[in-house]
Amino acid sequence: MENQKFYYDNKIVKYFILATIIWGVVAVLVGVLIALQLAFPAFNFGIEFTSFGRMRPLHTNAMIFAFVGNAIFAGVYYSLQKLLKARMFSDVLSKVHFWGWQLIIVLAAVTFTLGFTTSKEYAELEWPIDIMIAIVWIIFGWNMIGTILKRRVQHIYAAIWWYLASFLGVAILHVVNSFELPISLFKSYSIYAGAQDAVVQWWYGHNAVAFFLTTPFLGLMYYYLPKAAGRPIYSYRLSIIHFWSLIFLYMWAGPHHLLYQALPEWVQALGVTFSIMLIAPSWGGMINGLLTLRGAWDKVRDKAELKFMVVAVTAYGMSTFEGPMMSLRNVNQITHFTDWTIAHTHIAGMGWNGGIAFGMLYWMVPKLFRTKLYSEKLANTHFWIATLSILIYAIPLYWAAVTQWLMLREYTPEGFLAYPIFMETLTHILPMYTLRIVGGVMFLTGFLLMVFNLFKTMAAGKVEANELSEAPALVPKGARNPMTETIHRWMERKAVRFSIWVFVALFIGGAVEIIPMIFIKSNIPTIDAVTPYTPLELEGRDIYVKEGCYTCHSQVIRPFRWETDRYGEYSKIGEFVYDHPYQWGSRRTGPDLARTGYVSGPMYKNAAWHYNHFMDPRKLNDQSIMPNYAWFAKKDINLDLIPNKIRAMQTLGVPYPEGYDQLAVDDLIKQAEQIVADLLNSGIEIEPTKQMVAMIAYMHKMGGDIEPASTLNNDSHENGK
Amino acid sequence: MNIFYLLIGVSLFAALIFLGAFIWAVRDGQFDDNETPPRRMLFDDDNIEPEKQGDPIDK
Repeated sequence: MENQKFYYDNKIVKYFILATIIWGVVAVLVGVLIALQLAFPAFNFGIEFTSFGRMRPLHTNAMIFAFVGNAIFAGVYYSLQKLLKARMFSDVLSKVHFWGWQLIIVLAAVTFTLGFTTSKEYAELEWPIDIMIAIVWIIFGWNMIGTILKRRVQHIYAAIWWYLASFLGVAILHVVNSFELPISLFKSYSIYAGAQDAVVQWWYGHNAVAFFLTTPFLGLMYYYLPKAAGRPIYSYRLSIIHFWSLIFLYMWAGPHHLLYQALPEWVQALGVTFSIMLIAPSWGGMINGLLTLRGAWDKVRDKAELKFMVVAVTAYGMSTFEGPMMSLRNVNQITHFTDWTIAHTHIAGMGWNGGIAFGMLYWMVPKLFRTKLYSEKLANTHFWIATLSILIYAIPLYWAAVTQWLMLREYTPEGFLAYPIFMETLTHILPMYTLRIVGGVMFLTGFLLMVFNLFKTMAAGKVEANELSEAPALVPKGARNPMTETIHRWMERKAVRFSIWVFVALFIGGAVEIIPMIFIKSNIPTIDAVTPYTPLELEGRDIYVKEGCYTCHSQVIRPFRWETDRYGEYSKIGEFVYDHPYQWGSRRTGPDLARTGYVSGPMYKNAAWHYNHFMDPRKLNDQSIMPNYAWFAKKDINLDLIPNKIRAMQTLGVPYPEGYDQLAVDDLIKQAEQIVADLLNSGIEIEPTKQMVAMIAYMHKMGGDIEPASTLNNDSHENGK
Repeated sequence: MNIFYLLIGVSLFAALIFLGAFIWAVRDGQFDDNETPPRRMLFDDDNIEPEKQGDPIDK
C-alpha cells in the first residue's frame, strides 16, 4: 500500500502550551490572593472589584477552564494527530478554537471582577459567555471528530475514547445547567428554582469534575504516561473496562453534594450509592497508571515528568477514594460546609491535574521544540516543592475541618451549644488559614520555576510548525463482519457511532435523575406561608448573588440539633420555590443565613446591626474575616430594571399579580422608606435607593415566612442571641 | 410518584444490558487484541527528516 505524506500541526500545540503556562500562573496567583483574604481581610482592599466573593469564582474558573482547559487542548491536539497519523481536521477550526477559548477566559476575568455572575458554582459565567462556550466547545468537538474520521490508523487508541467522552459529557452538562432567562446583557435568572436548581447545578458541578477534570486527564494519562515511561500501558483490557464503567456511573452521583439538605430522600440515596460504586472504575485508572511503571521505576528516579505523573496518579487514587467516603452521610456531616472539601479539591487539583499537566509539559515541550529540557535539576526541585506544598496546603485544612465540626456540635452539660457564636469556631482555625497560604505560595514558587525552565527550553529549541510524517492510507472496512472482528472494534472504528453510544450512556444517567425533579410536582411540597420576594427583596437578592455571598454563606439548614439550635428550624424544600437561582452554597466560612429573617430566631439582627456590619464587620467583631461592603451605602440600585425583573420572574412562574411590573417600583420605594425610617431611629441616615437598603430588606426576608414545626428549640435560641 | 419506580426500573434494565453485553463480549473473546495498540502508540514519532520531503497531500 502506498504511503501518504502529511504534516502534523505543531504550532497550535505550542499556542495551547503557552496559554496553559500563562493562565496557570494567573490562576495560582489569584488562589494565593484569596488565601490571604481568608486569613487577613485587609487583602480585600476595601473595594468591590477585589473582594473575596468576586475573586473566588475567578480562581476556580481560571484553574478549571483556563489552566486545566488549555492543558487538555494542548495534550489532545498533540496526541490526537500522532495517534491517528493525521493532521487536525481544519486549521481554521483549530485557530477559532484557540482564540475563542482565550477570549472567553479574558471575558470571564473581566466580568467576574465587575460582579456579573449567575452564582452557580463553576458555571458562574453569564449567558452571553455561556453561549460562546457552547460554540467554541462544539468547534473543538467538530475538529476532533473530523480528525478521527480522516485518520490513517484503524484502531482508536484508549486515550481518544476519553477525549470523546469528555467532549460529549461537557457539552450536555453545560447546555442543561445553563438554561437561564436573560433580563439584560449581564444578568439572567436560572430557569430552575430552589431544590430543582440545586440538583441540576450539582449534577453539573459533580460532572464538571468528572468530564473536565477527570476523563480528559485520564486520556492524557493513557498517552503521556506510557510515552514518558517508554512502556505500554499495563492492561489495555482494564482501560476498556474502566472507561465504560466510569462514564456510566459518574452521571448519577451529583446529589452527594446535597446530603441532609432540602432534597427528596431517594435522590440522596441514589447519589450516595453511585458514589460508592465509583471507587471501582476510578481505581482501575490508578492501578493501570501505576502498574505501567513496573520495571521502569529507575526512570522515575531520574525524570521529573514521571515523578509528577506518579504523584498525580496517586493523588487521583486518594481523591477518588476520599470522594466516595465523603458522600457517606455520616462522613458528609463533617466534610460538607467545612474546609475538608477545600482540602479534597486541592489534593485533586494540585496533585492530579497539576501533576499530569506538569509531567506532560516537561515531556512534551522538549519533544516539540526538538531540544533537551533546560534543567532536569530545576524540574526535580519543582517536583519536590510542589509535592510538599500539597501537604502543607491540605493537612491544615483537614485539621481545621475536623476541629470546627467538633466545636460546632459541642454541647455544655446543661444542654446548650458550647460555641453558639459561629465566629468562635472560625477564630480557632484561623492559624490553619495562615499555614494554607504557605502551601499556596510554595506551589506558586514551584510553578514559576517551571515557567522559567520551560521558557529557557523553548528559547534553546525551535518548533517545526508543520512536521512531516507518512502513513499508509486507511482502507474503509465496510460493514461489520462478525466472523472476523469484534463488536467493540467495530464500534470504535466509527467515531460517530461510538460517540452516539457514549451519549446514550450519559443521557440515561442524567435524564432519569433530572426529569422527575422537574416534572413531578409531588417532589416539591409548596408551603402556603411562603411568599414571593418583594421588589426590594428581589433587588437585595440580586446584589447578594452579584457579590458572591454564597462563596462563604450557605442558605440551607440541615436537620441536626446543633444546626437548628444555632441557625433555626431546618430548611424545607417548599421554602425555595421562588429562588432563581438557589443560594444554598457549599461552604460555610461564615454562618448559615437561611433564617436571618425569622424575627424570634437566633440569626435575626436589626437593620442598624446589618448596616454597621456591612460597613465594617470588624467594628462589631474584631476577629471577623468578612470583607467590608461599604459601597452598599454609596451605590444606587437600578430602578429601570425592576419591571424587567418582575416580568422575568412571572415568566418563570412566580405568582406576582398581572401588571405588577408597573407597580413594583412604587412598592420598592415604600418598603425602602420603612427601612430608612428604622435606620433613622438608630441615628443612621441613608437614601432609600441605596443598595444597603435592599440588602437589609433581603436579610429580613430570608426564612421568615414559616413557623418552626416545634417551638422546643426556643430555649436555646435565647442562648444563641 | 410511581414514575420514579418506572424510571429507576428502566435505568436498571439499561445498566443490566450494558453488563450483559460486557460479559458476553469477554466470554466471546471480543477483546482479543489488547497487545498491539498499546505498543504501537509508543512508536509514533518516527517522522521523516525535512530534507527527504515528498509531496504531502494535506497541509
